[in-house]
Amino acid sequence: MQTFDLSAQGLRALNSTLHGLKGQTNMTSWEIINPKGAHAIAVGLDAPVDVTVRGSTGYYCAGMNKQATVRVKGSAGPGVAENMMSGTVIIDGDASQYAGATGRGGLLVIKGNASSRCGISMKGIDIVVHGNIGHMSAFMAQSGNMVVLGDAGEALGDSLYEARLFVRGSVKSLGADCIEKEMRPEHLALLADLLKRGEADHLAKPEEFKRYGSARKLYTFNIDNASSY
Amino acid sequence: MCGIVGLFLKDPKLEPQLGAMLTDMLITMTDRGPDSAGIAIYGRPEKGKAKLTVQSPAPEADFATLAEDLGRAIAAKVTGQVKDTHMVLELPEDRLDAARHAMRDLRPKAKVMSAGEGIEIYKEVGLPKDVAARFDVSRMSGTHGIGHTRMATESAVTTMGAHPFSTGADQCLVHNGSLSNHNSVRRVLRQAGMTFETENDTEVAAAFISHKLQEGAKLGEAMEATLTDLDGFFTFVVGTKNGFGVVRDPIACKPAVMAETDQYVAFGSEYRAMVNLPGIDSARVWEPEPATVYFWER
Repeated sequence: MQTFDLSAQGLRALNSTLHGLKGQTNMTSWEIINPKGAHAIAVGLDAPVDVTVRGSTGYYCAGMNKQATVRVKGSAGPGVAENMMSGTVIIDGDASQYAGATGRGGLLVIKGNASSRCGISMKGIDIVVHGNIGHMSAFMAQSGNMVVLGDAGEALGDSLYEARLFVRGSVKSLGADCIEKEMRPEHLALLADLLKRGEADHLAKPEEFKRYGSARKLYTFNIDNASSY
Repeated sequence: MCGIVGLFLKDPKLEPQLGAMLTDMLITMTDRGPDSAGIAIYGRPEKGKAKLTVQSPAPEADFATLAEDLGRAIAAKVTGQVKDTHMVLELPEDRLDAARHAMRDLRPKAKVMSAGEGIEIYKEVGLPKDVAARFDVSRMSGTHGIGHTRMATESAVTTMGAHPFSTGADQCLVHNGSLSNHNSVRRVLRQAGMTFETENDTEVAAAFISHKLQEGAKLGEAMEATLTDLDGFFTFVVGTKNGFGVVRDPIACKPAVMAETDQYVAFGSEYRAMVNLPGIDSARVWEPEPATVYFWER
């Protein structure tokens, strides 16, 4: 385990050290202490390493992540795991606005609540939130899956494309062109896998969720292209 | 952008450190607003006494004999303490309105920053660390306070354009965001008798709340009314003699974090602003909900 004291060594030193880990490295386990809500912690990683942040983070923690597993033992500020490509980001506490925004792949797990615009414009990322999500979540979400064990705020999935949304609790309101859809066996199987990977299989069962998706009336949908979404 | 910090102390033992804690929080928010900074500190009111905080572009000339001149004008004992470009005048509470009026003739170039039983407001152009140092904020004690670091969008970078804005006795407001209907709301408030010092959008929000309070609304009701009558982006923190309140617009894109322990309630635009507060690691930390009014009063 490599320990990095952020308040002593600074953000640039941290991120350039983590960016230096490429391909095969034997320094696969990192711990960041004294994060003190700093911005851009562990942004742009591209190696199969484990990074644990001991405390709460500011803006854009683990943004653009590839391959790495980043755990935050606290809460995360706005834009956590923004534009993530692959890998896993796990937040033990709450996440602020636009968690997982524009994410292309990988898994984001938020064990507390996420606030507004969670998964806005998501493009392939999987997001599992153990608590609630705020308003305008999954706005213009294009693909990927969002699982919410708690409740969703106003205007869920407004102008949705082909992302799948699963909510166990109440939904305050659905956004334009977002509708409840039938839960088929393949969705239950997908949910079971997401709950397991999202460390939530002991908290909820797939049958307890409702599925929401696009009514496909707002955007030009061509069924012949369905496989490419 | 702009940064906001606020502290409401529940534990009187922390009161001597209020200024120091707020200064640390304010400086942490420098990169959200390096144009200017301001702070409102509420001290424990002394019975029958009030404070008038004034600012002057020519402090040496304006402040030299101000306490004596004002005392003569309002026929009461006035004492004063100069802090850089500001001066805090202490006078009998029942002479506060008379003193405000007398200031216009006595020192036409000076501006009233705040008036009330507990409030003192200091604000200037410059980096938050420099502004805090000029007024020696870190040595001030008090029960609660609000600070602001400004990145100007809606009006010029001037002392009077800095926050907090005070438009009523012991009231102040700071703002992160921008209002789009401030001109029309200002016209309505002017017709209702409110006066304005600047073309700034935030001053309109402050006057809007002061006007509601004058009409008899409670603080919570006045803040609730901002959600229907003010258009634009806002996170407001409002200070009164007894406490402070927080409200965010329904879209809530301007950030806000709150923390509460047995000793205090703290507000920060970012969690970063609060990391050095005592007991923060075990505090209840949360993001205030959109379109929801929160307030703490003693």
